[in-house]
Amino acid sequence: MTKLTDLTISAARDGLNGGDFTAVELTEAHIVAMEDARGLNAFITETPDIALERAGESDGRRKAGAAVGAMDGIPVAIKDLFCTEGVLTTAGSHILDGFTPPYESTVSGNLRAAGSVMLGKTNMDEFAMGSANITSYYGNVINPWKGKDGKDLVPGGSSGGSAAAVAGRLALAATGTDTGGSIRQPASFSGIVGLKPTYGRCSRWGIVAFASSLDQAGPMTRSVRDAAIMLGAMAGHDPKDSTSAPVEVPDFEAALNGDIKGLRVGIPKEYRMDGMDPEIDKLWSEGIDMMKDGGAEIIDVSLPNTEHALPTYYIIAPAEASANLARYDGVRYGLRVDGDSLDEMYANTRAEGFGDEVQRRVLIGAYVLSAGFYDAYYRKAQRVRRLISNDFKKAYESVDVLLTPTAPSAAFAIAEKMDDPVAMYLNDVFTVPASLAGMPGISVPTGLSHQGLPLGLQLIGKPFDEETLLKAADVLEAAAGFDGRPA
Amino acid sequence: MSLDNETVKNIANLARIKVGDDKLYHLAGELSAILSWVEQLNAVDTEGVEPLASVVDVTLPLRTDVVSDGDCRDKVLANAPEVEDGFYAVPKVVE
Repeated sequence: MTKLTDLTISAARDGLNGGDFTAVELTEAHIVAMEDARGLNAFITETPDIALERAGESDGRRKAGAAVGAMDGIPVAIKDLFCTEGVLTTAGSHILDGFTPPYESTVSGNLRAAGSVMLGKTNMDEFAMGSANITSYYGNVINPWKGKDGKDLVPGGSSGGSAAAVAGRLALAATGTDTGGSIRQPASFSGIVGLKPTYGRCSRWGIVAFASSLDQAGPMTRSVRDAAIMLGAMAGHDPKDSTSAPVEVPDFEAALNGDIKGLRVGIPKEYRMDGMDPEIDKLWSEGIDMMKDGGAEIIDVSLPNTEHALPTYYIIAPAEASANLARYDGVRYGLRVDGDSLDEMYANTRAEGFGDEVQRRVLIGAYVLSAGFYDAYYRKAQRVRRLISNDFKKAYESVDVLLTPTAPSAAFAIAEKMDDPVAMYLNDVFTVPASLAGMPGISVPTGLSHQGLPLGLQLIGKPFDEETLLKAADVLEAAAGFDGRPA
Repeated sequence: MSLDNETVKNIANLARIKVGDDKLYHLAGELSAILSWVEQLNAVDTEGVEPLASVVDVTLPLRTDVVSDGDCRDKVLANAPEVEDGFYAVPKVVE
C-alpha cells in the first residue's frame, strides 16, 4: 500500500470512505512526518493536539454514518497568515508576537467545516512580502528539493512553508495566499500544484492583509484534482468581505473531464522575454505541444503592457501595505517597545517589529502616497493597471486560457539574489500581471531543470472560470506525467 | 528619483518607523533604486485612462443597520500589551 503521507487528497478520501485507514491514522502519519522534517522549518506552530482531536471527530462522523464534508479527515497545513481561533498567528513577523486570534478566518473556518484537520501553521515571508521565504522572523524555510550540488535551496515565497510542507509530504495540502505570485511561484519551485483563484472567489476575512486589492487565498496540493477539491471547500461568498463575489461555488472536480478539444489556448508573445532561460523556453514549448496534442487550438496573442506589470505592482502593493500595516502600533496586539511618548512608542515598536523588507515596502508605500507624489506614482500605477487589465480582457475575446511559464528560474540557493530587492522582485514577472488583473492562475509542475529541480507552467483563466482553468491544468498535468519528488 | 537622507527621515516619520542616522544612507540608496526602477512607468501613455482601484465590478452591498457584532470587550483586549480597567493603555499623551 502507498504510504499514507504519499497519498493525494482524492486517494485519501477514497481510503477513508472505504475504511482502509482512519483519519487518526492518517493524521498520526503526518504528525510524525512533520516532526521528522523540522529541519525544513516549514511550520511556525505545530498543532498536533488539535489535529488528533479533529481527526477523531471525523472518524466519529464516518463511523456514525453522519454526513461528511468534502475534506473530512484530510490533514492540511494552514499558512500563518490566516487567523486561527486560539492558535498563535504571526504572519511571519516579530510585531505579531503572541497574537492569538479570538476568531477564525472565513477560509480556514470553511476548511474546518468541510472536515479537514489542521496540522499547524506554516512559515512564510514576513507579511507575505517575499519570493524566497527568507524574510520570516522565524527563519528561512528550506526547500525539500536539492540540486546536484546538494546546496540548500529556497522554496519560493511567500507561501514557502506551505509549499515545503506539501512537497515534503508533511501535509496532504496547504493553504497559501497570493498577492503577486506567492502561491504559484513557490508551487513551481517545489514541484507541486498551486492555484490562485479569481480575486473575490475566496473571502479575505481573517487573513492578515498585505495588499487588499490583490490578496487572494488558494490551495497548494500535489494534484490538480486536489486543487479542485480544496478550492471548493475554501471558496464562497462571505458577507464579512465586501469584495468576495456573490457567486455560486461550482463543483470544480466535476469540470475535470479531460476534454480540451477546441479549447483556445493563448500564448502571449510578451512573456518570451529577452534573456529568457533556454530551459524555461523549452519547458514552455513542450507545454504548448501537450495542449495541442490534447486537441486544443494554440493562438498567439499579445498582452502589450506586460513589461509594465512589475513596476506597477511595486507601487500599488507597497502603497496598500503601508496603509494596512498602519494598524501595528503596539497598542492592540503583538509587540510593544516602550518610548517616552506615544509617537516614540509607535516608532520604536515598528522599527523593532518589522523586518528590513517590510520596512522598505512600508516606506516606499508611504512615499508614493504622500502629498505631492500621489499622482505621479500611485495614480499613474492605477492607470497602467487599467491598461494591463484591458490587455487580458481583449485577449479573452479570442482565447479561453493563457499558457505561460510560472517563474523565470528553478529554485535558487539561499545565498543568491539576497541583497538586491529589485532582482528579487523579478521572480514574479510572469505571475504579477494576472494578479493585477484579478485573473485566476494555476502552476502545474511539468518538468525538471538540468539540476533535477522542478519547473512549473502557468495557466491563466477568465474571471470566475476556474472550471475551464482546472480542466486545462488537469490535461497538462496528465500529459506532462510529472512524477518527480524530493529525495 | 534619488532620495536624500532628509527625505528618508521624513518618510520614516510619516510611517512611524524609527530609523537610526547610521542606517539612513544605506536605506536612501535602496529606496532610490526601487523608485528609479518604478519610474519607467513615466514612459507609458496613460492619457485619458481611468485609474483602476479594484478589479471587482460590484457596487458595495448595504446591510441592515443593526448591531451584528460586539459585546466581546475582554476577547478584544486579550491580545493587548497593556490594559487598564477595560481600556487599552498607552504612554501619557496629555501634559
